[in-house]
Amino acid sequence: MSGGVLIVGEVVDGGLHPTVRQLVNASERIGNEASLCLAVDSTFDDSVLEGIGVGNVILLEHTDTAADGSGGVYSLLTELACEAVKRLEPSSVLIAKTDAGSVISARIAARFDAGLASDCIDLALNADGKVAVTRPVHGGSALAVYEFAGDGLQVVSVRPGSFEPAPVSGGLPEIERLDMSDVSVEGEVPVLVETVSEEGEGIPLEQADVVVSGGRGLGGPEPFDNLRELCGLLNAALGASRAACDAGWIDHSHQVGLTGKSISPTTYITFGISGASQHMAGCSSARNIVAIDKDREANIFSHARYGVVGDWAKVLPAFTAAVAELD
Amino acid sequence: MLKIAVCAKQVPDTDIPPSQFKVDEGALRVIPPAGVPPIVNGFDMNAVEAALRLRDAGVECEIVIFSVGTEFALDVMKKPLAIGADRLVLVDDEASESLDALGTARVLAAAIERDGGADLVLAGRQASDWDQAHVPIMLSEIMSAPLVTLVRNLAMNGGGESFEVERVAEGGFQRIECPIPAVMTVTNELGEARYANLRGIMAATRKQPETMTIADLGIGDVANNGKLEMTRLFVPISESNVEFIEGEDEADSGRLLALRLREAKLI
Repeated sequence: MSGGVLIVGEVVDGGLHPTVRQLVNASERIGNEASLCLAVDSTFDDSVLEGIGVGNVILLEHTDTAADGSGGVYSLLTELACEAVKRLEPSSVLIAKTDAGSVISARIAARFDAGLASDCIDLALNADGKVAVTRPVHGGSALAVYEFAGDGLQVVSVRPGSFEPAPVSGGLPEIERLDMSDVSVEGEVPVLVETVSEEGEGIPLEQADVVVSGGRGLGGPEPFDNLRELCGLLNAALGASRAACDAGWIDHSHQVGLTGKSISPTTYITFGISGASQHMAGCSSARNIVAIDKDREANIFSHARYGVVGDWAKVLPAFTAAVAELD
Repeated sequence: MLKIAVCAKQVPDTDIPPSQFKVDEGALRVIPPAGVPPIVNGFDMNAVEAALRLRDAGVECEIVIFSVGTEFALDVMKKPLAIGADRLVLVDDEASESLDALGTARVLAAAIERDGGADLVLAGRQASDWDQAHVPIMLSEIMSAPLVTLVRNLAMNGGGESFEVERVAEGGFQRIECPIPAVMTVTNELGEARYANLRGIMAATRKQPETMTIADLGIGDVANNGKLEMTRLFVPISESNVEFIEGEDEADSGRLLALRLREAKLI
């Protein structure tokens, strides 16, 4: 290919990261000849590419890809992606704005002196055939539209979850395996010593159907015990605003927001959260927001389905007691 | 002695109510709310705190703050000095308004180089204005230095030949050993910056920043090369359809809310 869209996808434990199919869907907005490249080792099983919906897939084969991915330094993944860009000469590169994608996209842009638009939630082609993107800025308080100009490479990172996965279509795509074993990282690199899993207490936020969250308005760590009790009754996960986490009232693993977790429960119940844009960025996919806050003008109420204006300390015990009495 | 460069950006205060956040759609600019001073990007203050903790742990170091921008509020930019940073270097240039991330990274790299380089470059994980998170990553490319993102804990190993780093990762964290020199981005999980005491504030008042323009750095024209242009900036309208539950008192509202949510099958 020369010109066209190159999707740089992520592989996790031999499977496709959920963002890969989202990128395939996004790519259709800006062209119809997308190729997908994946950094894999020799154990990669092609069958996961069944119905992926792109014409061709380039497998960049290297023995150390898995280690580098979990290493969190993404140096080798960057080199492999740059090699793919060099060989395929796409006009646009699409990549997911994950931890890895953030690093790889910025390094590709620096290396190829390319334009870079990150964390985009919408893409289009303008009349001149250039890519136009929409991205949230100022913590989501505003949206900005950018257009690429000039003839250089266009690098776009896409916010995970902002596109539905592309529907399964076609059988196996054309697959090309490229031996990349001679690609290496120059100079010294950070070394991964170990990955430590820190399971937060209770139900994982991303999987819960109901999430109960507390914010700065709670005033201290103790009210989170009351929220834990409520979570137990509702089979809900416990969330928090960044302010509450930064204040040390609750562990950061509970943080919901732009730089915390993104959640999409059916019901999101907040106590003492004013609804700063940075927080709303993490819960805008919640289907029903229920807010309890003392300030009627609080931003959270402009996103909420149900609200109570009042002091959490009076509302919460009565709410919890009533929930306990429901069958 | 370890030289630590911390990149810090002046940004609008993020703590204003969303209703006060306004943009000039014609000029494609954010209108700063009247009477609210800017702040040092919160994540960059976490980076300053990371540097100060290295010093607290006994690492002999010089901590220099670098910032690229214009119309600096000096008392704001001196906050890192008030809590213990040693010097402040400002690249103060109107042209910085039109720099893209790569241009900003080039300017920062040149300013750090001119200052004698650095063994460790720290920056916040992203700036709270344009939320891009590009500059430090590009800085590592330009400086050909190893990069670790999302650092939540930073120490030096016993011999002083590498950094021991914890970085936030999905579902936990990673322990990483990072060679020197390096570029790292710091996340809020590291902890908030300490408060300034009176002595620190007085000391910062007496210090003057070293100020320069982009031209002083001798790196040619790095201003916007037109690769990406903003064509629209607007505040999205969210239509409120909230149903307020109001009982006889706050407790009654809480009780009624539970009943209403059950009725709607939401709990």
